[in-house]
Amino acid sequence: MTANLKTGASLPRRTAARLVAGKGRYTDDIQVAGLLHVAFVRSSYPHARLKRIETRAAADMPGVVAVLTGNDLAKVCAPWQTQLALLPSHLSPPQMPMAQGEACWQGEAIVAVVATSRALAEDATESVEIEWEELPVVADVQAAALADAPVVHSAMTSNLGLDHTVSTGDAEAAFRQAAVTVEHTFSFDRQTGVTLEPRTILAEFDPRLQQLTIHHSHQVPHQMRDIFAAQLKLPLSNVRVVAPDVGGAFGLKLAAYPDEMAVATIAVLLERPVKFCADRLEAFVSDNHAREAKVHGRMAVDADGRLTAMDVSVVSGFGAYSAYPRGSVGEALQAVHMVAAPYKMAHLRGRVRGYFQNKPPSGVLRAVGQPIATTVTEQLLDLAARRLSLDPAELRRRNYVDTATATARSAGGIVLAELSLERCHDRLLQLMDYATLRQQQRMHRDKGIYRGIGLAAFIEQTAVGPTLYGAQNVRASAQETCRLTLEADGAIRCATSITDQGQGTSTALAQIVADALGVDIETVEIATGDTQLTPFGGGAWASRGTALGGEAALRAARKLKESVLGIAGALLQTEPDLLKIEDGRIYNTASPLPQMSLADIATTAYFKAHLVALTELPALEITESFAPRDLPYVAANGIQAAHVEVDVELGTIRVLDFWVVDDCGRVINPLLVDEQIRGGVVQGIGAALYEQCIYGADGQLENGSLVDYLVPMASEMPDIHVAHVQTPTSATTLGARGVGEAGTVGAAAAIWTAVNDALTPFGVVLSEQPFTPERVLDALAARKD
Amino acid sequence: MTDLHSIAFMLNGKSVTADVDARLHLADFLRHTLHLTGTHIGCEHGVCGACNVLVDGRSTRSCLMLAVQVDGAHVETIEGLTASGQIADLQAAFTARNALQCGYCTPGVLATAAELLTGNKPTRDEIRDALSGNYCRCTGYHAIVDAIETVAGKRHGGAP
Repeated sequence: MTANLKTGASLPRRTAARLVAGKGRYTDDIQVAGLLHVAFVRSSYPHARLKRIETRAAADMPGVVAVLTGNDLAKVCAPWQTQLALLPSHLSPPQMPMAQGEACWQGEAIVAVVATSRALAEDATESVEIEWEELPVVADVQAAALADAPVVHSAMTSNLGLDHTVSTGDAEAAFRQAAVTVEHTFSFDRQTGVTLEPRTILAEFDPRLQQLTIHHSHQVPHQMRDIFAAQLKLPLSNVRVVAPDVGGAFGLKLAAYPDEMAVATIAVLLERPVKFCADRLEAFVSDNHAREAKVHGRMAVDADGRLTAMDVSVVSGFGAYSAYPRGSVGEALQAVHMVAAPYKMAHLRGRVRGYFQNKPPSGVLRAVGQPIATTVTEQLLDLAARRLSLDPAELRRRNYVDTATATARSAGGIVLAELSLERCHDRLLQLMDYATLRQQQRMHRDKGIYRGIGLAAFIEQTAVGPTLYGAQNVRASAQETCRLTLEADGAIRCATSITDQGQGTSTALAQIVADALGVDIETVEIATGDTQLTPFGGGAWASRGTALGGEAALRAARKLKESVLGIAGALLQTEPDLLKIEDGRIYNTASPLPQMSLADIATTAYFKAHLVALTELPALEITESFAPRDLPYVAANGIQAAHVEVDVELGTIRVLDFWVVDDCGRVINPLLVDEQIRGGVVQGIGAALYEQCIYGADGQLENGSLVDYLVPMASEMPDIHVAHVQTPTSATTLGARGVGEAGTVGAAAAIWTAVNDALTPFGVVLSEQPFTPERVLDALAARKD
Repeated sequence: MTDLHSIAFMLNGKSVTADVDARLHLADFLRHTLHLTGTHIGCEHGVCGACNVLVDGRSTRSCLMLAVQVDGAHVETIEGLTASGQIADLQAAFTARNALQCGYCTPGVLATAAELLTGNKPTRDEIRDALSGNYCRCTGYHAIVDAIETVAGKRHGGAP
């Protein structure tokens, strides 16, 4: 068993071989007899009253089976409303699958056309007539905050959906006593996830059995089963949700989307299988958005470069409705609570307000708010370093929080247990050869080449437990469960509540189970993503798969091993303690010859149990659950660095190099972990340099296509160097922390500090993300004027 | 809205005849008529490359091409490229290097890579340039570039 341990090895994913052969099975690939297709008529107005909807002409179009409005669906589907127990002011009006009476964002679904093909359904949407009465629009978040602003929905009395403060120590006094104070304003444009596979759902309802089966491109099938059952008033056991292969999710596929609820409702209403696959244009106006925030930040530092206080004010944009069921507050709360999390700092004052707007709802996007807090902190640190004439790396080195204790908290209340910031920092400077880069930077500047070096230390909240949503009364499970079965042929079936959209968590679980049991990894089969086949649990959110799902699997494997050895002991008339399992065979520690196989154990237990001389036959199917309950989450940490070059004539930015040193605890599979980090980094670079949903003041999305909404391309991205420090968490026996969001938490901040470092000779500090060439040139021009 | 046209073309080495609607694009035809679901649709406006297939040996957006336009052409999809074994080394390298996560972009990326490596040994920068028409939201591209570079090296002998 020690000779060929899988844990810690860079094993390729089994699924990958299927996917490279084009044998993926995504929701739109599934064939169903008699399938109907849904196309939606969506609101072209950000805010309008629906005065009249005329569907008769559409209903007469070829291939059309039904044309349905919000009122039609209301007969079957109950309204829903996000309610957060601890934040009662975060409330938008009850929501339905399609707008009734009033549309509140451009892109909200109004009418569903159901036809025998998608093309025919789309043809018929053009014959739906809607009489609109335009209503005042609130698009800009600062406009939404004005006292006399119109309301986003006529059932609301105010657009304010969150007003939250944090106060630790005495920030006021700290600022008065500071040797240096710096401040800056930050703007983060709206982004969206752009999963390459758009949202897709296939719903089938069997009226005989009253059973609803949903295939859904989604991260959390158990959550969606709970929601479909509740809204359609079906017993939970009559609903099955299956997430097959999913073509990218990134948090975007965590929400219950109204148009997807509409599809499930239509299946029940028509008693026919129906499918909806968002096209790219409607994805831009109906997928949840994220990140929109304006921040003003101040930082106080003493003469020795010790960080003493921060004062942060965040204004966040929620969109038209609070995302269901998790709400839209996460981004804003993290943006303020996560500031300065990696640093010793006694005083923090923060205020965060969030406003509803006539735009698509905002929701979860990889790293939720943490990139905002990291960017604000790291950029202010760089400004302070300049004022003190200190090297930015040295300033950080002086301020990392002492993380030896398990009970440490940051000023914003962030858990800091067992971290390794100083070690990560030192490793990073060595990896990137920081001193040489600084030297070269000076030489390049003399030649009119403006390069910048940016650092960003970060804390990543991973493996989030039940206190986050449980305390809010939100039914999003934080528990992960593994059901491990010894099959009759001696193979191991591992059914897990976590889901895998390509992260490779299935492979990591197989590695853990294979090692803990002592079996060949090829004999471990993973079942995931199907509520009927897997035990209840969270799925994929908040970087939990390996850390929590892996822990549950490890615990189950150890118990199953105990059962197997108990039975083997009885059959071999040996103490179980003297037996071990290697390569799926039972050995007596005294002999090099295998005594029997796992298949022998299974065969005996399942077909000839009378031969086992035990009063109770130990279970060969074990279910174990795990959720961190002593801590709200398991914190991970790391540091990132970017090297960029700014063309001050063109305003363009080239990322020359990028480094990450990450500590996600015990690394189960480096090949998987490194690619999580690299993928996350590129999403952060995209946020800093390219990605923005451009809205006019009239609430119209001006760049809602993949031609106009820029995402990182291969030619623009650098190679990304990744290294690890491994500090196993004591919160689990496995010791793994999450890693899925690490790259995204810090990458944008590293780009901010690098670009602004490059622009230091011009006295320019950019303040609006993304750093488009236009914004770079505008900032340089404003400085020259 | 139907306007059917008869087409005959070679698909993955076999001749196919079909009557297709004039407005049907090649990606929908492959996926929904012929059930070759390895070709994926990401944007339907020719940007993301998830639908790339080889038409007469050139990587082509199947969402921007109408099914009627392949009349007389040779079309290769991921299914055919897999069956013929001609990209087996690329596929093995992608798997070994974990150069894919969700896998949605991968068949299109492989079509681009198949064309790129035909008779060429591109540099890392050239690989990145060639991949600019293939969006990947998961990997950050580094592993994809590594995998293609490895195969380029092996095909042309010696280390990459």
